[in-house]
Amino acid sequence: MGDVILTMKGIDKRFPGVQALSGVNLEIRKGEVLALMGENGAGKSTLMKVLTGIYKKDAGTITYEGREVEYNNPREAQEDGIVIVHQELNMMGHLTVAQNIFIGREPKNGFLIDDAKMNSDTRKLFQQLNIDINPKETMSKLTVGKQQMCEIAKAISHKAKVIIFDEPSAALTESEIEQLFKIIRNLRDQQLGIVYISHRMDEIKKITDRVTVMRDGCYVGTLITKDCTKDDIINMMVGRVIYETPKTESHVPPDAPVVLKVEHLNAGRMVQDVSFELHKGEILGFSGLMGAGRTEMARALFGADPKDSGDIYIKGEKVEIHTPEDAVRHGIGYLSEDRKRFGIVLKKSITENATLTCLPRYCKGVFIDKNKEKQVTKQYVDTLRIKTPGIDQLVMNLSGGNQQKVVIEKWLIGDSDILIFDEPTRGIDVGAKQEIYELMNRLVDEGKSIIMISSEMAEITRMSDRIIVMCEGRITGELDIKETSQEQIMHYATLRAGGSDNE
Amino acid sequence: MNEKRKSGLAANPFLKSLGTQQAIIVGVIIVLFIFFSLASVSFRKYTTVVTLCNYMYYILLMAIGVTFPLLTGGVDLSIGTGLICYAIVGSYVISNGHMPVGVGMLVVMIMSLIIGFINGIIIAKLDLPPFITTLCTMMIVRGLGSILTGGLSGVWPMAGSAGGWCRSIFKITVGKTIIPIGIIWMLILIAIMSIILRKTKIGRYILAIGSNKEALRLSGVNVVKWQVIAYIISGFFAGLAAIAYACTFSNITPGTGAGLELDAIGGAIIGGTSMTGGSGSIVGTLLGVLVISLLKTGLPYIGLQANWQQIITGLVLLAAITADMAKRKKAA
Repeated sequence: MGDVILTMKGIDKRFPGVQALSGVNLEIRKGEVLALMGENGAGKSTLMKVLTGIYKKDAGTITYEGREVEYNNPREAQEDGIVIVHQELNMMGHLTVAQNIFIGREPKNGFLIDDAKMNSDTRKLFQQLNIDINPKETMSKLTVGKQQMCEIAKAISHKAKVIIFDEPSAALTESEIEQLFKIIRNLRDQQLGIVYISHRMDEIKKITDRVTVMRDGCYVGTLITKDCTKDDIINMMVGRVIYETPKTESHVPPDAPVVLKVEHLNAGRMVQDVSFELHKGEILGFSGLMGAGRTEMARALFGADPKDSGDIYIKGEKVEIHTPEDAVRHGIGYLSEDRKRFGIVLKKSITENATLTCLPRYCKGVFIDKNKEKQVTKQYVDTLRIKTPGIDQLVMNLSGGNQQKVVIEKWLIGDSDILIFDEPTRGIDVGAKQEIYELMNRLVDEGKSIIMISSEMAEITRMSDRIIVMCEGRITGELDIKETSQEQIMHYATLRAGGSDNE
Repeated sequence: MNEKRKSGLAANPFLKSLGTQQAIIVGVIIVLFIFFSLASVSFRKYTTVVTLCNYMYYILLMAIGVTFPLLTGGVDLSIGTGLICYAIVGSYVISNGHMPVGVGMLVVMIMSLIIGFINGIIIAKLDLPPFITTLCTMMIVRGLGSILTGGLSGVWPMAGSAGGWCRSIFKITVGKTIIPIGIIWMLILIAIMSIILRKTKIGRYILAIGSNKEALRLSGVNVVKWQVIAYIISGFFAGLAAIAYACTFSNITPGTGAGLELDAIGGAIIGGTSMTGGSGSIVGTLLGVLVISLLKTGLPYIGLQANWQQIITGLVLLAAITADMAKRKKAA
């Protein structure tokens, strides 16, 4: 184990309405892979954003190679040798691989860009990493996995000394993950300091040397990977021994009526011949890897995106859904995975957000009946236990969990019976997550029906009565909660057309 | 939502209701008034008020209208040349068609509503960028008026002639004093549009489109409809502005009007309407237009030409946009 290259100490970061980090410590060593673990919303990404200058810390120190540093933007950090490989890829699809890697620092040949040198430099870089990609290929033509390899190559080409991988494996296939690990091991052997953020326990055991655990924005502790068990890490992550016990039995009575039936739904490449039924009072989990087409399926069903074909029946009756307006009229509500973009209007008040789906009901003629509107908003703010100083509060000042509750409030006030929860607890801290789960259970007890899309295996097995697994736009498996194991779900989630695991 | 933000001037309920930026604008207006009054003896005369009003009416009407597309995050560039086009067509109907003035006005309004509707449909339904779309309609209506009248100037009835009553919509003469009663109509329209913006679902939806159109659409709201309405309102007020212009100046030169929309848009933005939509107010727009009109009428009194007025307006606008950006950065 090498020397310490970077230390973060007592880092604090506050956002309006939420203490994102408080007193967090982190130590990165040369020639070592450090796992950074924690639930969604534990503050891992925020910490890394503080490190690379995307966010400004409120307190604490960062010591890098013996000196205290504070970067104003990721570029400064990068020039200093600290780079982050993001979960979302930041590549320009229309440029070539080499152009992407050398963007902003193209080798010049007088006034002109020296394409030949750029391509040969890229090739050298790839050889060093054992990557087989043509530098002249257009970026958008590569698979997600290969794009990520390029991202890593780009990071290395900056003479990086510290590389942070932010959930790099989320969108990769098994074989791509293997290759990623090879590259990471290679980098480790070159004495780089590596931070690996992931939720996948087996990966942590496989690739990392130490594990630092965070919970609710706090530093919990650091373990040596080979000396600890999965349960040790989980205990530290959740602060309790039992971690989200899976449901063992469906809560839906066998004679529950079908409230929604989807038949042969097709929408583009990402939704192919999807058929399923949703029962009254059921939580139907949709599992799969990133890019499996679940969100696309939900959006097509909801009328947010056009569909090519397919029939939708609500309570046995065939309905036409071409726009979200149609869907809302038929009692369907959609909680998007990207709350801030698609779920709420950040710069408006809770009240204004709450009645968005059904404002006409709170109008006298063209005038908004503000008293009636406030009354209903207040009522739901209370029942959903939304933490806010008042209902006039702008939604942007609420924490992620409370913002999500405002979205739920919106659909409840809108009288939706069928709710599509797309990644309902993404970016929400653990306590609020628990509340969202309880809320979902309460909703189905009250006779609503829920389609829950989730990439978190634990969430799927804990909440669902029945599970549908998708892969590459198709439904590859349907499982009763009684007989579901995570391995089984994983098997269906990677069941590609043609039966091959490779691309 | 800057009205709700606390400001240092919170003690005064009127200023508090305006918000910081508007409070600053009120200050600017007062300073400008004092400055011009001190610098020029002739500015201190009552006739200045009349001149100021003459210039303000049509800009203000356009500005009130264009505030709505701006609030949706769009823009309407067609209102300036539109104004001239509608006024010319109106004059053509009156003089060549031998129709009463009222019919001319009706034609003006119908045309302006149609252009507004076309803008709205193209932008909302076909999802084209508002800037380009209205730039195109701006050019189209610029040519349209000239073609209809064969390139001749349009003349609206003068005081005393048949249909001259239209001259006294905006100002009446009592004894020797001219009273700019147009101010009353402006205040009424401002009140109505403020209520529409703050108290009705039209306003709520238009503001929400500017804040997050996609979230609104996914809430099951027909955003196309409300976006079209924003452009219809803009067209409607361009029509009213055409009438105000015709009734004040009588002579309409075809092919002109380009640039008027910039005074109106500038006024709205100086008044605190966010360029990206989502926040703003009609009272703010009034204040912004007052600044622009003051500069337009005041600067000649201190011996500066129209070119200077444009430079200074540009600088004021830049300051307003900087303020808006700073505010949004702080919020983010």
